[in-house]
Amino acid sequence: MSLLGLREFHSFEAAGRRFLYLVPSAAVFALDDCSEAVMKELGAGPRAAADLTRELSARFDQAEVSDTLAELQRVRVVGEMAAKQQPMPKIVPLRPVPLQTLVINVTNQCNLACTYCYEYGEDKIVDTENGQQPKFMSEETARDSVEFALRESRENTHAHITFFGGETLMNFPVLKSTIAYARRRAAEVGKEVDFSLTTNATLLRPDIIEFLADERVGVTISIDGPEDLQDKFRVFNNGQGSYAMAAPKIKALLSRHRSRPIGARVTLTRQTLDVSRIYRHLADDLGFWEVGFAPVTTAPGRDYAITDGGFDHLLEQFRALAAEYLDASLNNRHHGFSNVRETLQEIHQGHAKAYPCGAGIGLMGVSTDGRVALCHRFAGSDDHGLGTVKDGVSWDKQQAFLDSHHVSNKTDCATCWARPICAGGCYHEANTRYGSTERPNLHYCEWIRGWTHTCLEIYGELAERNPGFLAQFDDEPAERVS
Amino acid sequence: MKHLKAINRKAARMEAVTGTDASRPEGAKDVIALQQGPPQQPEPPHIPNGCSLVFSPGWEADRNGGTAGLCQPVERDLFDCHMGCFWPAQVPDQLNHAPDWTAKCAAAQKDWRKIDLIFPDEKK
Repeated sequence: MSLLGLREFHSFEAAGRRFLYLVPSAAVFALDDCSEAVMKELGAGPRAAADLTRELSARFDQAEVSDTLAELQRVRVVGEMAAKQQPMPKIVPLRPVPLQTLVINVTNQCNLACTYCYEYGEDKIVDTENGQQPKFMSEETARDSVEFALRESRENTHAHITFFGGETLMNFPVLKSTIAYARRRAAEVGKEVDFSLTTNATLLRPDIIEFLADERVGVTISIDGPEDLQDKFRVFNNGQGSYAMAAPKIKALLSRHRSRPIGARVTLTRQTLDVSRIYRHLADDLGFWEVGFAPVTTAPGRDYAITDGGFDHLLEQFRALAAEYLDASLNNRHHGFSNVRETLQEIHQGHAKAYPCGAGIGLMGVSTDGRVALCHRFAGSDDHGLGTVKDGVSWDKQQAFLDSHHVSNKTDCATCWARPICAGGCYHEANTRYGSTERPNLHYCEWIRGWTHTCLEIYGELAERNPGFLAQFDDEPAERVS
Repeated sequence: MKHLKAINRKAARMEAVTGTDASRPEGAKDVIALQQGPPQQPEPPHIPNGCSLVFSPGWEADRNGGTAGLCQPVERDLFDCHMGCFWPAQVPDQLNHAPDWTAKCAAAQKDWRKIDLIFPDEKK
């Protein structure tokens, strides 16, 4: 008699009901009483279908149990123990994938000197100071970048361009002319193009705000919270805090620019771990539509690095704010905690990721001299380059990258239930932390699992109590840049 | 599916891809466990060579050592009597009286309900 046993999954409870998140398929199923009982019995150890039926015979009739078993086998959360489990096949794209987002670093200069900056701080990977690259991207390189984005978008009818820096607005003239050029060229080749940028807000002026609003440029503001938190790390070269300069300009932007939702992007450090207070200030006092948080990317041992205990503390705070998000969403009210929204989106789609993000696949970054790299965080780095906007990228290099960075290469991830959603985490973070983009980010595994579990619970609550709310996640999201 | 409810889009796709629910007439209840196993490699048709030398699925592993076809409906056995070793007392005489009695039954595992009862024609 063949024995049936459990395969990989993660179980969670929401709205009084038991759910399964299946691994590696990333499907979410809700259980009924019978399937919950079967899963519980099998949790105690593999057994034959007949034994299982007998054990449950007091509660469920035989047909019901065997139907349930058939369904559980069908979604492969239960299987015969004797049958060899096939590892997830390593499928690497066989031809170039259309580029969705090109991040153009229009300058590598910045008017701030944030202590933790991954571009200029202690952990930088590209030397931007000794004149190897132009400080500002030329109009010509920007145009080549636009051509590259349109060309590499291939069969896609849509291209997305994100401007990045340095401080993006330090090269506003090129940004402005590039948008006009891209619109004209996109129309000529019959594509749509849209734009976004990230800025520290200190250089916003009324005419720039007008331009961004008129051109429907999506704006993300890097800001760490109320004045005392913002000014800890986000400082000018002379050490002076930037809040006093940024806040009024942000208010002006938010009151004028209504054509796209405007988000805040917060870097969390050991010294500024106060998620709730930061959110309150940015969403309620300043009026941001969305606020997203990211722990600082750093080599271990930096003063501002979040250490293990800090991640627990961070998770607690995220959970508290996520509870607020759930409450608002159950009542169809907007809540701007974008970390939850983004994770819900991924859970809803149920993609089982082979790669943690689109870097080097659907997203690439361009440095000021026109070299193309995995993403904006690697722009200008020879070690992570794929080509140039003028000559195109090398498919050989791209393929080698895809082959060596597939999640199936990361043995540490092979037993983790969160791998369909994490796939090892940010390449840049791994490179900074462990010196290689190929390594999984083991320092935040617990945090990722804890956070994914919380978001699964929220997803389950919404699926049971306000399923209509989830329809907004039906569309595929654009790649996020931070 | 009755006992699992697909919640996210991947789950819905899995249900659509792996399920036969949609292809079945509404309200029809069928013996799912017997008819639908995990995806299998296509196998050559099973043609038994006689009653005593080769066992048909239902009792032992099949001739490739597979166990996937075990526990077939009892009607499956009719074909063994009918084709490999003709057993006139058990099955209609296909050569003389009932040439079409299995015409609607291409695969006994699925179509056994279509095998009709055969009665001798009284008028002849």
